[in-house]
Amino acid sequence: MSSNAVIGSPVSRVDGPDKVHGRATYAAEFKPEGLAYAALVLSRIPSGRIKSIDVSLAMTVPGVVSVITHENAPRLPYKEMKKRPQVDPKAGGQLRVFQDDKVLWSGQPIACVVADSIEQAETAADLIRVTYSPDAQAQTKFDRALGLKPAPEAEADGRPGETQRGDAASAFDSSPVKVEGWYLQPREQHNPIELHATIAKWDGDHLTLWDKTQWVDNDRAEIAHVFDIPQDKIRVISPFVGGAFGSALRTWHHVHIAAMAAKMTGRAVRLELTRREQFTNTGSRPHTEQHVALGALEDGRLAALIQEAWGQTSTYEEYAETTLDPPRQTYSVANNATRYRLVHMNVNTPTSMRAPGVATGVFAQEIAMDELAVALGMDPVELRLKNYAETDEYKSKPWSSKELRACYAKAADDFGWSRRSPEPRSMQDNGQLVGWGMATAIYPSHRSPAQATVRLHRDGHVLLRTAASDMGPGTYTSMTQVAADTLDLPVEKVRFELGDTDFAMAPVHGGSITMASVGTAVMAACQALQKKVGELAAASSGGPFKGAASDTLLFQGGGLALKNGGGFTPYGEFLAQHGLEWLDAEGKSEPGAESETHTSSAFGAVFAEVRVDPDLGTVRVPRLVGAYDVGRVINPKIAHSQCIGGMVGGIGMALLEMVEWDDRYGRVMNANLAEYLVPVCADIVQLEASFVPSDDKIFNPLGVKGLAEIAISGVAPAIANAVFHATGKRVRDLPILPERLLL
Amino acid sequence: MPEDGRALEIELRVNGQSRRLGVEGSTTLLDALRDRLHLTGTKKGCDLGQCGACTVLLDGQRVVSCLTLAAQADGRDVITIEGIAPEGQLHPVQAAFIEHDAFQCGYCTPGQIMSAVALIQEGRATSDEEIREHMSGNLCRCGAYTNIVAAVRDAAAKMA
Repeated sequence: MSSNAVIGSPVSRVDGPDKVHGRATYAAEFKPEGLAYAALVLSRIPSGRIKSIDVSLAMTVPGVVSVITHENAPRLPYKEMKKRPQVDPKAGGQLRVFQDDKVLWSGQPIACVVADSIEQAETAADLIRVTYSPDAQAQTKFDRALGLKPAPEAEADGRPGETQRGDAASAFDSSPVKVEGWYLQPREQHNPIELHATIAKWDGDHLTLWDKTQWVDNDRAEIAHVFDIPQDKIRVISPFVGGAFGSALRTWHHVHIAAMAAKMTGRAVRLELTRREQFTNTGSRPHTEQHVALGALEDGRLAALIQEAWGQTSTYEEYAETTLDPPRQTYSVANNATRYRLVHMNVNTPTSMRAPGVATGVFAQEIAMDELAVALGMDPVELRLKNYAETDEYKSKPWSSKELRACYAKAADDFGWSRRSPEPRSMQDNGQLVGWGMATAIYPSHRSPAQATVRLHRDGHVLLRTAASDMGPGTYTSMTQVAADTLDLPVEKVRFELGDTDFAMAPVHGGSITMASVGTAVMAACQALQKKVGELAAASSGGPFKGAASDTLLFQGGGLALKNGGGFTPYGEFLAQHGLEWLDAEGKSEPGAESETHTSSAFGAVFAEVRVDPDLGTVRVPRLVGAYDVGRVINPKIAHSQCIGGMVGGIGMALLEMVEWDDRYGRVMNANLAEYLVPVCADIVQLEASFVPSDDKIFNPLGVKGLAEIAISGVAPAIANAVFHATGKRVRDLPILPERLLL
Repeated sequence: MPEDGRALEIELRVNGQSRRLGVEGSTTLLDALRDRLHLTGTKKGCDLGQCGACTVLLDGQRVVSCLTLAAQADGRDVITIEGIAPEGQLHPVQAAFIEHDAFQCGYCTPGQIMSAVALIQEGRATSDEEIREHMSGNLCRCGAYTNIVAAVRDAAAKMA
């Protein structure tokens, strides 16, 4: 690798100008000729059958092209996929849209109007009259007693129903110091500001989808199976994704509807979900209740760690989360027991939301650790250091890298933790209760096979392509930097394109795997290009490189030279000399033996200050400080944005976000952004994020570990622990609403 | 009735250009801009006036275009994100958003920038507290708020 140090430099986003000018084009903004607009009708009962559906009035609305219901929809093949993509639940089957009269949840699409304008489609949708035969047995309440063990398929995928190490129950019983509690994570919605949208257009038997998706390749595969058509007849295009946070991992049923509607009408059709529709059709972080029991010796060493979770899923699919991975591996403890149970309800299937499962598990675990520190009279940081996991005791493997101690030290120092007085309610300012709390952050690092192509042009610029996505973390920019660094070119000479199934395959843009997976493929493609240039050079009939061995060549300064000096030829000139307009190369990367021999993970330490109004119970967060071990940082400016973004998400999780659920009718009651509260600008004051020195070359050649999920992990418990320190009241139910503090 | 069979014919002055179009009585300014005039820089995030992504300037005042009927804008001046800087140039607020990395996914960004441009013009960007308060009608789910405040502060200083 060269050393022009583009990696690690705070390059401004290469897609920044397009975004600030409003030129970046998101899924709903493409305009194929003859575009028609779709509007949905949603079910109003949680379970049962459609008795009648009257579309006659709707059909009279001018401009209406078609009204689709289960009565006239084509029967679709819905072929099983040989191997389920990792974004889909491991058991059960997705909604087969408009294939029968069954209603599985309130808010399920039951009809679709296609019209010449969106106004006409929406007007007609309002005129559709539906009657139902409701199912009296609808499961609308969350009841732990109904909890079931995940299917063997989930177990095989690393979501075991139970794990045991030692004898946690007896160790807990005999521990001199114990804490035990119940913790509630309510259902949350991702609520990216861009609405989910799909435009579908058929040209004969070829389908083009402009879609909001975090994985174009899987979108193509899923739709190919739904319609039983070859994958090469489908192209998915998705150059920009306006946030997703997991909501666009799966190919949801509205994508099927768009493709079906386009097929039935012979028009290009746009289906853009409304904000309300999005709440019941693009997944959610599942409502999860947890029980945690910690037993410790007097010196603070953990003797027993028991954590159990009951997570919500739908009646038709089993979405089991990795909620209990953190309690299995964050701390060193000989006696560990975890148990995961699924509670099936008449809801749409939940899905991954930023740090899926892990954020939920860490929330309960890290509050319990704070409770243990209080019970022991020990500093919360000291307690965590006392139980530092030198190895992954769950998988019995070494960490490929772990700089968590440095994270604790850096964040504590930046925060001024040493000035904390440990007693609750002991720090007050101007009539406000001040609280300082902290938590550990953890999120596993994974990588998947990925490919990239590169084309060197005669003007000296390179074009890289891969079917990756960029929902906001800066894929365009960081990949440009990896290529510029590897080829020793200025950033301006690199163009990077993504989000198209015509490009080289890429894995899902989720789980913080993009940099480790696609980044290494981009690096490999650039190295393959250098190799090709070298081979061509050596095969020259004359000139300085004739017969040159590869190890005598130097690739730097945007060209080729001999290591012993001389012969420098810019790439463009080199192509001209060889009579080439361009030169192509490709690269791929995949996990190696390290995935068997080591556990890889990102780590962090988060410190929070809160101010609580003792009369009103309102909580403000004047500052958060985090230090993170994420391996090598490709772009500190954008990485910092990722971290503060995760902190904002964590503030929402701690204090604001919850789906208000009517458990009589099984309905979401706050399906809009005025009643589902998310942090606004006035809620956020000072956020500090830093990175400790780290470089994980065991995990991958770039040394990165991934950065997205880790930034929300640990934030909510740090705030909850600060609230306890401020008030002396332990709130174990999120969000920490004023009434939960006052009651 | 206008030629294309729609209920109303209106004239908008969008970014200094006169545009005639047929709309329904219920057509929002947002849908008219995005779907009829194909000015998709103005974003739809909620269609309920709750997120601010669709903010435009109507006769110089910031409005959420999803709660403004196209017919209400008949004969009036509309400035969108596409019209705040001359071709090939960046408005100081746009430049500051890039410099301070005041966005990630970019979807709320045009609305944030339109609000920022307006509140700087209104003289309401004089302190971080004031910026935070007045920018709170524009949701950013990627959580770029501290960078947004820095960008607005910086742009306001440069435009003073």
